[in-house]
Order: sequence, then structure tokens, then C-alpha cells
Amino acid sequence: MNRLLLIGLLLIVAIAAPFFVYPVLLMTVLCFVIFASSFNLLLGYAGLLCFGHAMFFGTAAYITGYVLKTTPISIEIAILGGALFSAAIGYGVALVSVRRSGIQFAMITLAISQFIYFVLLQSEFTGGEDGMQRIPRNDLFGVIDVADNNAYYYVVLAFAVAAVALVYRIVHSPYGEVLKAIRDNEPRVESLGFRPERYKVLAITLSAGLAGLGGALKATVFQFATLTDVSWTVSGEVILMTLMGGLGTLVGPMVGAGLVIWMNDELSQFGEWSLIAQGAILLLVIIFFRRGVVGEVQNLVRLVRSR
Amino acid sequence: MSAIMDTAQIDTTSAQDYALETRDLGKSFAGFYAVKGVNLQVRRGSVHALIGPNGAGKTTCFNLLTKTLSPTTGKVFLEGRDITRLRTAQVAKLGLVRSFQISATFPHLTCLENVRVALQSDYGKSFRFWSPISAVSELNARAVELLERVGLANALDLTAAELSYGKKRALEIATTLALDPKVLLLDEPTAGMGHEDIEPITKMISEVSDGRTILIVEHNLSVVATLCERITVLQHGEVLTEGTYDEVANDPDVITAYMGGVDEL
Ligand SMILES: Nc1ncnc2c1ncn2[C@@H]1O[C@H](COP(=O)(O)OP(=O)(O)O)[C@@H](O)[C@H]1O
Ligand SMILES: [Mg+2]
Repeated sequence: MNRLLLIGLLLIVAIAAPFFVYPVLLMTVLCFVIFASSFNLLLGYAGLLCFGHAMFFGTAAYITGYVLKTTPISIEIAILGGALFSAAIGYGVALVSVRRSGIQFAMITLAISQFIYFVLLQSEFTGGEDGMQRIPRNDLFGVIDVADNNAYYYVVLAFAVAAVALVYRIVHSPYGEVLKAIRDNEPRVESLGFRPERYKVLAITLSAGLAGLGGALKATVFQFATLTDVSWTVSGEVILMTLMGGLGTLVGPMVGAGLVIWMNDELSQFGEWSLIAQGAILLLVIIFFRRGVVGEVQNLVRLVRSR
Repeated sequence: MSAIMDTAQIDTTSAQDYALETRDLGKSFAGFYAVKGVNLQVRRGSVHALIGPNGAGKTTCFNLLTKTLSPTTGKVFLEGRDITRLRTAQVAKLGLVRSFQISATFPHLTCLENVRVALQSDYGKSFRFWSPISAVSELNARAVELLERVGLANALDLTAAELSYGKKRALEIATTLALDPKVLLLDEPTAGMGHEDIEPITKMISEVSDGRTILIVEHNLSVVATLCERITVLQHGEVLTEGTYDEVANDPDVITAYMGGVDEL
């Protein structure tokens, strides 16, 4: 009951938000909320640390952008197409990496993401260093004009709500139960007659698809796609968001995405120094807020209640 | 030793009488044989102990039986069927399930979830990421029943991490039993337990042995004496002797072998 109230309240805030805050900033946050949630699904619930998660984010941005530029397909289909494309890449990445775990898995995903970065840099259709410019926002469902940012905000919000709901559903599904068991003790799950690799392949595929959704949306929000979205800095940023917000909690990545984007905004005036500040903040979080902001708050509430 | 390892008797017993059998089973780690030439025969429906000093190769044996490790030499048969080339998951599906020496629970899942995961193994919905968890709520009754059986009826919603050591082992046994295994391998189920936990666990193992075959690694000899019809003694990866409790306990080779490791007895 309490939870429903909270969700309702959050939704009202989200619906009213563009009247108070610049909608493009809000949409950016929402794209990263989806991205961070996808990363959290993988690390928090499957125990897999992906060092190249931006490859799914950025590739979908280009694919969706390309579809919108070259075809009259309606915008929601183009976005889902980009997400599906990333899911397919995720499936491929999963097949080659799933037997590895821990740091080896992280390294393989980093290597593949660097390779994809290079491919996109060299490709004709991406515009190379210049990026892909002037991506149009085709009509929603082929009829509704969403060129206006205030209108488009609600489209992005709908996608974000659906994505977070999907993550919630996955985590609380029969599959999610097995996935969490694999995270906790993989050999044991295997000894119970499961093939853990198959569950992990599905987790990577789903996570990649969701990350792609975030990237595809971002391309339509800014109406351009760049190599930055595929770069290791963005891969690092999503780790930062998830850890800062709270790994393995559903709200954590949302809070984390908001915090990091706000922080980047504040720090951008310091130029190159912002990277160093980011690193320092991550260190502080790791040392003092091991559970992330949301995790620490949950823990506090639990402590107070048990008194 | 020859009196116990009566070869004539082995020849006259048909392979069908053994739930689990190994022939010349061996495992080398970079040239060092942790298990060597082990011929183990576990009668269907019996409780069989595998004992031996630390480092004798008991856990490695288990790993070979459940294919956690693949053998360097030899073969493993389950109910007469060669399972040497199968994977762990396939072996489990055929009814050979193990517990681990180091307690193997899912710490962040509740007791109910721990057992339900195992029940999901045969339920066919474990890839349903789009279904709510209520899709498998049919399994809850069975999970609760299993938990009651091991004395965890009051702990359904506690996470495994919150349980005492003894209760974790009990949870692990409930999880293993969820698969209704034909052959159960228990690796030191009472290790690290206080006296108050050992008795109930022993009683529980004796209860669940009904209609099953159990191979158990156990250091506590009074537990072995209570539970086991036959005992195989391993030393340096090889079978030292095999027999009933009395035969083994009076074997001079066993007494010598245990001189270095009396502390465990
Ligand atoms: N993965 C491994 N790599 C190398 N040596 C191992 C490995 N596992 C076990 N051993 C060695 O094999 C021997 C038997 O170990 P183990 O089967 O655990 O003994 P037990 O369970 O009887 O105490 C020990 O000497 C141990 O060090
Ligand atoms: Mg051992």
C-alpha cells in the first residue's frame, strides 16, 4: 500500500516536472535512468560486471538515428528497432563471454566495446568523428507530432516507466529467482540441475536491449548521435551511477542517474578537472557509502524500525 | 584387507545392485593424483560412508561423481549407466545430487526461495522473465513441507544469511531434497556443528535415507556408526579398505592411517 502511494506520488511529480524544469534535461535523466537500470540488472541481479555497457547504448543510438533519417518509419518503432539491435549484439557478446566471470568477463566486454567503437568510427553511415546530425523525430504512431520537447518528454517518460517496470518484473519473476541464485552461488545452482550459462545469456541480452532503449531515446532527444555514447567514459559513468545510487535496488540507479547528471552539469565548468572530481567522488562513495545512497537510506530505515 | 575387499563377492553381484559405481576413477592436478584408481560400489538403498584423513581426496571424489571436475581416468556409473561424459546439470537431472562441504545456500534469498529455486529445476518456468513470481506459487506448499521436515518451518521468510550455521546446513539439505534425488551425496554435513545440531541432522539423514541411496563424507565416527552400513576408507587418493563399521574400525591399516589424523576422530 505504502509502495503504491510512493509510486503514484513519483508519477505525479514526473508528469508535472516539465513545467518546472527544462524538459531536455529531464529527458536526459530519464534516458540514463533506463541505461543505469539495465546495468543494475546485470551487475546487481546477475553478478556480471560489464565494462563496456556503452556499446549497447551508443550502437542503438546510431541504429535508431539511421532508421529515422532514411525511412519514414514512426519513431516508436525506430526506437524499439534500435533496442532490438542492441539486444542482438548483447546476445553475441554473451555467447563469447558468458563462460568467464569476474574480471575476465569485464575485460572481454571492454575489449568488444572498444572494437565496436572502432567499427562505428570507421563506418560511413555514422558520420565518424562528426557524429550523426539532424536526426528527425518522425511522428509517433505515424500520426502524432512530437517535435516539441514538452510533448516528447511524455513519450520518453512512458518508455522509462515501461523499462523500469520491466526490470521490476524480471527481478521478481521465476527467472529472476534463479538469476539471483546464480549470483549468490553458481556452482550450487548447477548442482541443482540448471545450466547457469543459459540464464546469464538471457540476462545479458535483456540488459543490452534495455541499455539500447536508453541510447535510442537519447538520440531522439538530442537529435544527434555521437561516438561519446559508445565510449568507455559512458561505460564508466553508468557504473558510477549504479554504485552511487545503490546496486541491487530498483530505485538506486534512478537516483544515481539524476545525481551524476546533476554533478556533471555542476562540474563541467572545471573542464578537464571534472574527471578527477568524478573519480574522487566515486572513491568517497565506495569508502563511505558502500551500499550507495538508496542502499544506505534503506539500511537506516531498517535500523530505525528494528529499534 | 583382502578379507574385506572380497573380489569374489564383487564378481557375483550384478552391476544393477549398485546405485553408484566407479571404475579406476582418478584425477590428477598438474601431475599430482588427488584420487587414484578408485573402485567404489554403493549398493542401492544403502547409506555408505567415505572416510579418510584430510586431503585424502574425498571432496575431489564427490566433484568427480557429480562432474564438477572431469576425471583424468576411469568411469562413473549411475544405476548402471555411464555418466562419465555428462555435465553437472545432466547428472542432477538423472537423480544424483550433492551437498557441499562449505555450506552452499543462496544467502540473499529467503529460505522459501532457496528451496523453491531447486523445485523450479523441473518445473519448466525458470526462463519466464515476464511472469510474476506467483506463476510458481504452486511450488510453495512443497517448499514449506520440505522446510518443515528439516525444522525450518519458522524461518520461511528469513534470508539464508540470517540463519545459524546448523540451520544453514539444514536448509541446504532441504534444497537438495527438493530434487527428490535417487542418490544423495553429502559432504561433511555435520562439520563445524555443535553437539546440539549434530543429533537432529543425523536423525534427519536417517529419515531421508528411506528409499534413497546416500554416500556421505563424515568425520564424526559416531554419526558414521549410526547411519552407515558400509564404509570406504580413502588415503592419499586411494582406497585403503572397505567394510562394515566394525571391520573397518578394527583394521590395523586404518588405525595406522589415522594415527596422523586422530584429532578428527
Ligand atoms: N582444484 C584443485 N587443484 C589442485 N589440487 C587440489 C584441488 N582440489 C583438491 N586438491 C588437492 O587434492 C587433495 C585432496 O583434496 P580433497 O579432495 O579436498 O580432500 P578431502 O576432501 O579428503 O579432505 C588435496 O591434497 C588437495 O590439496
Ligand atoms: Mg573435503
